[in-house]
Amino acid sequence: MDMFSNLALGFGVALTLKNIALCFAGCLVGTLIGVLPGVGPIATISILLPITFGLDPTGALIMLAGIYYGAQYGGSTTAILVNIPGEATSVVTTLDGHQMAKQGRAGVALGTAAIGSFFAGCVATVFIAALGAPLTKMALLFGPAEYFSLMVMGLCFAVVLARGSILKAFCMIMLGLLFSTVGTDLETGQERLTFGIASLSDGIDFSVLAMGVFGFAEVLRNLESPEARDVVKNKIGRLLPGWDDIKQSAAPVLRGTFIGGILGILPGNGAVLGPFASYTVEKKIAKDPSRFGKGAIEGVAGPESANNAGAQTAFIPLLTLGIPPNAVMALMVGAMTIHGIIPGPQVMTRNPELFWGMVASMWIGNLMLLIINLPLVGMWVKLLQVPYRLMFPAILIFCCIGIYSVNNQPLDVAFTALFGLFGYLLIKLGFEPAPMLLGFVLGKLMEEKLRQALIISRGSFMTFVERPISAGLLVVAVVVLAIALLPSISKKRDEVFTE
Amino acid sequence: MKKLVLGLAAAAALAVAGAAQAQGYPTKPITMIVPFAAGGPTDIIARIVADNMSKTLGQQIVIENVAGAGGTTGIARAVTAAPDGYTIAMGHLGTFSAAPATYPGLKYDPINGMQTIGMAGGTPILIVARKNLEAPDLKAFVAAVKANPDKFNEAHAGLGSVSWTTCTLLKGILGTPKINAVAYRGTGPALNDLVSGQVDFMCDQIVSVAEQVRANTIKAYAIASAQRSPALPDVPTTKEAGLPEYQIEAWNGIAGPKGMPKEAVDKLVDALGKALNDEGTKKRLLDLGTVLPTAEERTPAGFAALIKRDADKLTPALSAAPKQ
Repeated sequence: MDMFSNLALGFGVALTLKNIALCFAGCLVGTLIGVLPGVGPIATISILLPITFGLDPTGALIMLAGIYYGAQYGGSTTAILVNIPGEATSVVTTLDGHQMAKQGRAGVALGTAAIGSFFAGCVATVFIAALGAPLTKMALLFGPAEYFSLMVMGLCFAVVLARGSILKAFCMIMLGLLFSTVGTDLETGQERLTFGIASLSDGIDFSVLAMGVFGFAEVLRNLESPEARDVVKNKIGRLLPGWDDIKQSAAPVLRGTFIGGILGILPGNGAVLGPFASYTVEKKIAKDPSRFGKGAIEGVAGPESANNAGAQTAFIPLLTLGIPPNAVMALMVGAMTIHGIIPGPQVMTRNPELFWGMVASMWIGNLMLLIINLPLVGMWVKLLQVPYRLMFPAILIFCCIGIYSVNNQPLDVAFTALFGLFGYLLIKLGFEPAPMLLGFVLGKLMEEKLRQALIISRGSFMTFVERPISAGLLVVAVVVLAIALLPSISKKRDEVFTE
Repeated sequence: MKKLVLGLAAAAALAVAGAAQAQGYPTKPITMIVPFAAGGPTDIIARIVADNMSKTLGQQIVIENVAGAGGTTGIARAVTAAPDGYTIAMGHLGTFSAAPATYPGLKYDPINGMQTIGMAGGTPILIVARKNLEAPDLKAFVAAVKANPDKFNEAHAGLGSVSWTTCTLLKGILGTPKINAVAYRGTGPALNDLVSGQVDFMCDQIVSVAEQVRANTIKAYAIASAQRSPALPDVPTTKEAGLPEYQIEAWNGIAGPKGMPKEAVDKLVDALGKALNDEGTKKRLLDLGTVLPTAEERTPAGFAALIKRDADKLTPALSAAPKQ
């Protein structure tokens, strides 16, 4: 079967010594930064993005994917050990994971998270391999009008699924779209919103924005909170879950993988829903729901599997359609573009080694996390005790070197600092920067597709409703927005996100 | 008086220092600015050529990627640098021949304001179309376009790109400058929509389109070079297909600031020539689908003439193209 020969090609690429080393390095460094309290996968990837620039595209993406999984897993580690979630998706893990740690079962919680994630990763890898080719064929039915409508739908989902107020999320997406219009007009060559600054003529650099708003701003935010960290003082305990634990968590892992995997494909950050949904399901069907929140192993196994499955299936829209479903994937788009690869259905046919190599490396990355992280837990605990005053200046310096190395432009570093301050302001005002990054990346694509569609239709906006696929996508977008704005639903939505 | 003496002494000292430096050129690493992102076609050619040139020169040539504004940011930085021979750039058809007519506020003059070294390689341009376009050959295509120019959509990779430049030239020659031009961010997405039939035709480098032509997902009408390409031997030249006026090639070449020491120019030309004669380097370039430059094009004068010739060819069409 095609799928197997493709996977064989992928493993051939991913299993070269160099790529295994890159995957390993990515997982390790990703975890290293990811375990820092408050630094989630987005910040981690933005901070580490520049170190991949010197590599060939395949190696760079394998390493980035490794960084991503590492950061994800690092986030879970902090959630369990310190009770600080690195990002939205590990919020749920703090509930029972940290309780388990307090009961001296931190090792089992970490082990269960790693094994559950590994299982979910295996399933998701096969899923991507199976779905990739048919979806790519479908992508050929998509013209500029359909792509535009698809992105409109994605942004509607992103608004609905964002944490906090819908209005704020909407504002952030709009701001992201606005930022994306800075630079030279694609069709006319006219400079827009550049204020005569030469380095803005190609638009705001993606890595500058991402590292400023996520990397720098997170560091600033962490600096203001006092250094009281609830690091678990108890023993970590044994790592491998016992037979009882395995029996208890097997079914939640399966359910979590399924839920997370399906939600992950949704445009507009469906992956963030996976852990919440899985936790709710486990709690609903448990014989004794009161155990939840007090160290129930199902409450770690299910959401962690869902988290990882979603994290991986989120690659599907990116790899097949070239459209990032969430901010992390938007970072991946940025990284691919920097390496001269324009994401889209052509990646699979033009760069099959890259595509399948990356899919295969996902599986290897998951395995590696299992192997490197379990023995290294002790080291991460030590790292969590390094004082901020030593840790953060070092991070900032690496960030600056990294940003400078992208274009060799000193002004980029200044812009990053500026966006850092801006990102800090956003956090203070309660705005989530992630939708902005998604809007920024989708904005360029949307403008391009909108104008292409209109040029081909000779200026008629009817093209978006006359073409059936495009019309269908727009209807979904309107329905999603309408439902979210219904009073009863929006109340429920608030509950889900505050839980 | 004292000041004058001091000034003269300083000037003399500088002159001596300058001479001493030029004597042993190169005494330190040379920066080659590539005005595009790492990994693109120009970057790859620059790295292959610079790798071998470094061996001849005995000093490393360091590639610095300064992307922006269709490559003009990087070239502007290189040709306005100190003319000491330690800053050069790898430009292409767009940055050297098309840029003056494309970007009205261009900060350099490729014809009179820089020192050419030589051409490094060229890639032929193809006219390609979606598979199910009715016209079976170039003549029929030209007739159809001329008859109904407003029925066609042309795809290109953005203003200032090779595909935009060469297709604008084609439209100028056909006398149909107003054909709908659909801009994409790069060749990949443009080609994608050509394969799926959203747009009708485009012009691009053989390296970008050869694979799709061979796979029969798009059709090639003609190659705009003097000879057929060994990579696609079935595709006729524009001369054979009935449009001999359309002759254009996307080339890459090296230039530096005007006023470089003669010794530096000579040594760079020599190193470039040796690189292009080196079997290993040659093979790497040919594998990319590159056509090696003629002996004439490898010299500063020959390369300057090429820039001027293509600028003259492109300027009328580019200036008339709908832009700002």
